[in-house]
Amino acid sequence: MAEAPNIPDELEVRAKWGDFKFTPANEKLAKWQIAKYPEGRQKSAVMALLDLAQRQVGADTETQGWLPVPVIEYVAAYLDMPYMRAYEVATFYTMYNLAPVGRFHVQVCGTTPCMLRGSDDVMAACKNKGMAKGKTTPDGLFTLTEVECMGNCSNAPMVQINDDNYEDLDYDIMTRILEDLADGKEIPVGSQIGRKTSEPEGGPVILKDMVKANHDYRKEW
Amino acid sequence: MAFDFLQDKDRIFTNVYGFQSWDLKAAQKRGDWDNTADIIKRGNDKIIEEMKASGLRGRGGAGFPTGLKWSFMPKESPDGRPSFLVINADESEPGSCKDREILRNDPHKLIEGALIAGFAMRARAAYIYIRGEYIAEAKVMEAAVKEAYDAGLIGKNAAKSGYDFDVFVHRGAGAYICGEETAMIESLEGKKGQPRLKPPFPAGAGLYGCPTTVNNVESIAVVPTILRRGASWFASFGRENNHGTKLFQVSGHVEKPAVFEEAMSIPFKDMIEKHCGGITGGWDNLLAVIPGGSSVPLVPAHEIMDAPMDFDGLSALKSGLGTAAVIVMDKSTDIVRAISRLSYFYKHESCGQCTPCREGTGWMWRVMERLRDGDATIEEIDTLHEVTKQVEGHTICALGDAAAWPIQGLIRHFRPELERRIRENTGAEPVMEAAE
Repeated sequence: MAEAPNIPDELEVRAKWGDFKFTPANEKLAKWQIAKYPEGRQKSAVMALLDLAQRQVGADTETQGWLPVPVIEYVAAYLDMPYMRAYEVATFYTMYNLAPVGRFHVQVCGTTPCMLRGSDDVMAACKNKGMAKGKTTPDGLFTLTEVECMGNCSNAPMVQINDDNYEDLDYDIMTRILEDLADGKEIPVGSQIGRKTSEPEGGPVILKDMVKANHDYRKEW
Repeated sequence: MAFDFLQDKDRIFTNVYGFQSWDLKAAQKRGDWDNTADIIKRGNDKIIEEMKASGLRGRGGAGFPTGLKWSFMPKESPDGRPSFLVINADESEPGSCKDREILRNDPHKLIEGALIAGFAMRARAAYIYIRGEYIAEAKVMEAAVKEAYDAGLIGKNAAKSGYDFDVFVHRGAGAYICGEETAMIESLEGKKGQPRLKPPFPAGAGLYGCPTTVNNVESIAVVPTILRRGASWFASFGRENNHGTKLFQVSGHVEKPAVFEEAMSIPFKDMIEKHCGGITGGWDNLLAVIPGGSSVPLVPAHEIMDAPMDFDGLSALKSGLGTAAVIVMDKSTDIVRAISRLSYFYKHESCGQCTPCREGTGWMWRVMERLRDGDATIEEIDTLHEVTKQVEGHTICALGDAAAWPIQGLIRHFRPELERRIRENTGAEPVMEAAE
């Protein structure tokens, strides 16, 4: 199991988030999520709504967002479910932040496929920029987390920063990404060594016809 | 005999690399949604028969025959309960990255497959459960579902077939265990993803207590092409009982890691040579391979070299095809650390429900960490092996087994290495064999 989180629920958290409610735009998205499930099963939308709430907190605080207790309470009430059931969900899944994070949540994958291709170097690049696992930098810019397999194994090593994946990294590339983020520069997502997706480096060895045109192979069946 | 590599014309996922658009128009030009109503008009039983004849085995790891699984669903509902199809896109097995390419580059194959499979098993809706970390992929999938609704391909009278069928996208939020089918159902119901005891099996009482089938993304996405080209076409690839084409995902110490579709039963060496440019440092530098994602035991170099990459070929090596996520390790690998890191993964992902797994995964990881530096006694290797045996098979779901197998594989094939580290650390004399 993941480490038990230490969840802040102090007076100032309550004061700041006590009257949290969805913005009209998020209200619309929440209704759309709930409509995906049969009537009376609105609880199924709790994961989507917690995500939505975290994003709204993120927009308010200019970070990736987190889930203060009053916000979890709001989502539980919104779905007419006991607070404890929503709290269980918030603590069970790793993508809900239970404490504030920085502007960029740097999630370095450290599982074996990434480890074999140099995730240690990616981690070192982060540490050399003053980051420490589970901590936010004093300027509030970066929070570093080592995460488990993110499913980009043929493009390892990789990092997910907020919603974006950066793949095929090494020490220098990771250092550059962190510097560019701090400078507010746009960085192309995905492979950082020119691969389109998961084809071999240097170009595909199969399906070469697809590179230039939307080839219809049915004629060759 | 040289292996017949799969030709481009026989690949199902022609846009696997995303060089072309995923959208409906482009997908239709590649052959998706081509007269889907005709396939549906063949009828439920004909479709299931054809799927059984194709020999398709589930692509999510367990390899259960897909057509047979569908046939477990009730033919009618005496009490008015609907049936559901749940599509498992919670791809989290270390090494696996194939469903991602389907979700973001060929989503319409999945939606069309959902309609046909859903019709065949008499389901009223499909939920596609996408792992939370696949944020961009889920966006594409949502957009593709909207396109399909707007074009009348799903929803009321889906694709003019006369069948009503809905498709919904549900995002996870980071939990490997939700890839287990009953944990996924719990999660879909808005709870912690903790696996359920079976029976009842999902086909009897699954999502919201209704009959449910959970299928992997790849298993569903190949369905339309199999039905268009016929079961015998699909069955013409791979050895008996291991038919079809398959998305392989190679990571680790190869020159060029990649995802690609190949015929089942391709020999390991041919596969790496053709698609990945060989092993880093050459074939003599190969140490071991985890051939099916982190849950299966590793196979040492000399055993894997000529092995056919399929279910039976790899289980003969006491490993498995799993999701065909091939993790390659060359001789620069600290093999104990590589497996210990997997032990940490399972410790992190244990849902905490069953004691042997909750306590055992942490215990096994801590011992593995000591074995890395040789900070242990030789007997502890045996104790560790015994504990893996006590975890394996004593939990509700297979996560306990999955945590045990990599360690068992390590001890089976690399015990001398573990002992060497212990001796070097403690200065213990090597045990001499008595001369015969």
